[in-house]
Amino acid sequence: MQTLLFLILFPILVACLLLFVKRTALRYAVVALSALAIGGASIYLLMRYAFEGAVYFAAPSETVSLAMVAIEMGLALFIIYMGAKFRNYLAIVLAVIQAALVVYLETTFSGNLHAVNNLFIDQFSIIMALIIGLIGSLIAVYAVRYMETYHHHHPEVRDRQTFFFFVIFAFLAAMFGLVFSNNLMWVFFFWEVTTISSFLLIGYSETEEATKNAFRALVMNLLGGVAFVVALIFLAATEATSGGIDLARVLASSDAAVVLIPAVLIGFAGITKAALMPFSSWLLGAMVAPTPVSALLHSSTMVKAGVYILVRFSPVFAGTFAGFSIGLVGGVTFLVASAIAISQSDAKSVLAYSTIANLGLIAACAGVGTYMLVWAAILLIVFHAVAKSLLFLGTGAIEHRTGSRNIEDMEGLIVRMPKMAVMMFIGIAGMFLAPFGMLISKWAAIEAFVQVPFGLIFIAILAYGSAVTVFFWAKWMGKLVTVTRNTERVEKGFFEESWAPLYIITGLVIAAVLLFPVISSILIEPYVLAIYGVTAHLADANVAIMLLMIALLLILPVSFLLFKRTARHLPAYMGGRPATPDLHFAGSLGMTREAQTRNYYLTEYFGEAKLFRPGATVCIVLILVSWALAGVAL
Amino acid sequence: MNWLIGAVLFLILAPITGGLIAGIDRKITARMQGRVGPPLLQPFYDVGKLFEKERAVVTTAQNFYVLAYLIFIALSGALFFAGGDLLLIVFAFTLAHVFLVLGAYAVHSPYSHVGAGRELIQLMAYEPMIILAAVGFYMVSGSFYVADIVTTTVPAILYLPGVFLGFAVILTIKLRKSPFDISTSHHAHQEIVKGITTEFSGSTLAQVEIAHWYENVFLLGFVFLFFAWNPVIGIVAVAITYLAEIFVDNVTARARWQAALKSGWLAAILGIVNLAILSYMMLGGA
Repeated sequence: MQTLLFLILFPILVACLLLFVKRTALRYAVVALSALAIGGASIYLLMRYAFEGAVYFAAPSETVSLAMVAIEMGLALFIIYMGAKFRNYLAIVLAVIQAALVVYLETTFSGNLHAVNNLFIDQFSIIMALIIGLIGSLIAVYAVRYMETYHHHHPEVRDRQTFFFFVIFAFLAAMFGLVFSNNLMWVFFFWEVTTISSFLLIGYSETEEATKNAFRALVMNLLGGVAFVVALIFLAATEATSGGIDLARVLASSDAAVVLIPAVLIGFAGITKAALMPFSSWLLGAMVAPTPVSALLHSSTMVKAGVYILVRFSPVFAGTFAGFSIGLVGGVTFLVASAIAISQSDAKSVLAYSTIANLGLIAACAGVGTYMLVWAAILLIVFHAVAKSLLFLGTGAIEHRTGSRNIEDMEGLIVRMPKMAVMMFIGIAGMFLAPFGMLISKWAAIEAFVQVPFGLIFIAILAYGSAVTVFFWAKWMGKLVTVTRNTERVEKGFFEESWAPLYIITGLVIAAVLLFPVISSILIEPYVLAIYGVTAHLADANVAIMLLMIALLLILPVSFLLFKRTARHLPAYMGGRPATPDLHFAGSLGMTREAQTRNYYLTEYFGEAKLFRPGATVCIVLILVSWALAGVAL
Repeated sequence: MNWLIGAVLFLILAPITGGLIAGIDRKITARMQGRVGPPLLQPFYDVGKLFEKERAVVTTAQNFYVLAYLIFIALSGALFFAGGDLLLIVFAFTLAHVFLVLGAYAVHSPYSHVGAGRELIQLMAYEPMIILAAVGFYMVSGSFYVADIVTTTVPAILYLPGVFLGFAVILTIKLRKSPFDISTSHHAHQEIVKGITTEFSGSTLAQVEIAHWYENVFLLGFVFLFFAWNPVIGIVAVAITYLAEIFVDNVTARARWQAALKSGWLAAILGIVNLAILSYMMLGGA
């Protein structure tokens, strides 16, 4: 239990300490050492508890719970203050409703608000802790140098770095608390802290746009928060059959119909936090924040809290129409967001849509909730976290060096920033290519959906969704590997230290790819087995084939040695005109002209304006249907 | 050890079979156009000659991507004939094509860049239908493994007529036949420049050609699965399908990419409808 408490409390301690650290070098030392401690503790957690199944701890309850309620009220007051200051009355209304509901819950059902064990750890929590502890803290390390450069590039933004790092570490602490809590009141508390943290981080630059988007994120997540409290009230009121606020008891409850209603409400909270449609706009708006914030929100915190809770509740969703409906919200989000990604040329925007799409896919697996799908969902969470954090941090580094994060401007990155290009290449490959991570999960998901009644609709979604996924990633990859001539190498000069987190995360992506059978057999399969009594795993023959493919991919670059020798280099064909290797050709009247290449964006078919509204409408209907179905089941 | 024999036989025989099919194709095409046509073995002479050409590149990286393309096409075909998991095969196949596309991007040339973009559109057009076909075989035979699908005694075609028709549409894309040969064409009259293969020459271009032979044999093997319950009917059906593709190739002109994308996706809808009816029948029947 000490490790759990350490992981929750230590980041808070560091956060407070960082409030007083003004010098970058010192801050770097503090952050790097804390990252080491947090990462080390998460790995210790893995070694200590990986083979023990679910372990519960009766942590002190009374005083802590009281303190949490006090902090929640404080946060509500803060939201009301901010809402009044920026005239966002919707945020005030939601904060007031939520606070009132919490007070109602605390006063009316105070007798039912006890969990035997407040903290717990099982394999799924270990996976989440590793993601938060390794990726989250690496992003924090990267952020130190990034923020220094950021303020250099944006002198107009008020320098509030001490506050920035305070929030980052508080955020990590809240995430640890969220995945270790067995008391749903505690989960809710940490849930709210992540909402506020992301609000503060998105609004960091204090521009009008940043403030607007921060409030959008806040309002949408508060909406989910309200649903969460309603679920808690329902659980407390039906404590005898539902198990009250004890997560383990709720999940083990025999009264499926009673538990389904709070599950659907908490699932709704998960949908808002995981930025599924129609709530995807808050995550897109979050792009205004400095890049490390995006990396954090997209990979290891925030949205992962949303899918974490959905996957936790998937045994309740399994086999119900309400759960199927939530799964469809995820499925539609996956399809529509992937399609919109085609039309985007801003790298961060593509990454954001891809995140939304993958969260949708995870939600689809969790909502339908068979054992194979839960297995696939957890694998998706792992691979998405490592690959997406790498891509965000890489995009941030590229933007600082080249001044642009447009994919078209990344043409020839392999010449200009070869190391960066290789890392981005690995990250993108991890997102969509066999035999890398995400694809294994998609594959498992297809095999699993075949066996589900009406699963065909998900198969169709996956078939089209993977097709468009290949399109938008491959054209980006193509831009990266284009060998442009007469371009300068601009890699040097980027702060040396910033490369370290990038290298480590690249290593993590490769490690996850190579070790996925181990990750699966040590962590995911026991978890699925404990809950469903059966577990999924890939056939040994297929694992062998995939390892063979990886080996081939590792050996293939050696073939470069074969080609080096004799080939004659010619400029590209330019319609038969005399041309130079940097795409200049002899035009008419003795003019030298330059040819340029641009990718397809197919806006006419896949534009945001065309697809977002129908997708969001369908998802709203599906969410309402899931509520109605849960009500009917009762 | 059957699987190993299948894989090895494919790796050795597929280029020969594929080259012969290409020869027959050119002969029949010529007859349809009122020409005599080249000798049957012309494709082999062409590829042989390509290997003797001077090595000329825009960038050395292009050779790497094309080699990777050839290897992964051969690998996915070998997995298929080894009786492997159809979904894994489909994904390996996609990986191979991404390498070809990257090779075309790497050279930084306007023509091959457009070709690469169009190849990706083709990929996006046919991918849903291939996945659905794999799922269709699973619904009929209860397994994703080619080894199980091929030994099933159920005539898959009777259950999957819509899937088969949809697959025939995307087969046109895959075989690089008109009207969907939008990224590169076999016919000189369709092209101004050679699309995705514009900057590939000599032995690199020969590798693209050999990969295409491997690919065609693999695709015809895929068609065979629909008729696998009776090998004789199967082989006849594969031959007829291929003849039909040659016929379509010769009576149509290249369509725009929009048409290719829409056709591929509509074909997939046909497949989905087929599978929906099938699963409804299975639910009702069982």
